[in-house]
Amino acid sequence: MNLKIKYFASIREAVGQGSEAVQTRAETLGALRDELVARGEPYASALARGKAVRMALDQVMSDDGAALREGCEVAFFPPVTGG
Amino acid sequence: MAARVSIQTEDFDVAVEIAALRHADPGVGAVCSFIGTVRDRSEGANVSAMELEHYPGMTEKAIEQMIAEAFRRFDIRAARVIHRVGPLAVQDQIVLVVVTSAHRGQSFQACEFLMDYLKTQAPFWKKETTPEGDHWVDARVADDDALRRWGIASRNT
Repeated sequence: MNLKIKYFASIREAVGQGSEAVQTRAETLGALRDELVARGEPYASALARGKAVRMALDQVMSDDGAALREGCEVAFFPPVTGG
Repeated sequence: MAARVSIQTEDFDVAVEIAALRHADPGVGAVCSFIGTVRDRSEGANVSAMELEHYPGMTEKAIEQMIAEAFRRFDIRAARVIHRVGPLAVQDQIVLVVVTSAHRGQSFQACEFLMDYLKTQAPFWKKETTPEGDHWVDARVADDDALRRWGIASRNT
């Protein structure tokens, strides 16, 4: 399926782009993260398992098991620090 | 209905925001506000400036949902949240939360609830400028603990 990925803050800087369109066979958010890590650097380090990475699916905080849908918007970012 | 959530680069005036909420509702008997500002020190380092990034679209939705939750939990009349983004200087205002209620207890609680919620669930990121260079601010475990007091699990850190 086709979807859009957005990156923010330190993760945006690490991967060198704020967004990209991707075609994937991943069915969940966690599987998509693993797929990106498998690309190698800089994704492997930026999204490494064990690193504090938060995710959103269609602009709602979500976990590994969240099911992806055609045309959805996914985001990867570090822990939030507003306020 | 006036906007409840604003994400903006411009500064804000707490007096103007409070006046708007009060004048719109003669049932208000209590107003509680919180303002977060830029400190000159962070984790022992001198901070000379700050840059705030956010996730446009999600930020507004997330805070709207937090306000809806505050209305479910507390007997409040109105709530207003303003959060600045972009470049900020030391002593600048960053965030404003104003809550009104008939009696003080509910607005005190709802104001703190909204700030605790926003701290760990709204997609903002701070980058500080120090003599050692720019760095992204680390999330604090204490902020997760603060939200847990309200019975909401946070896994921000």
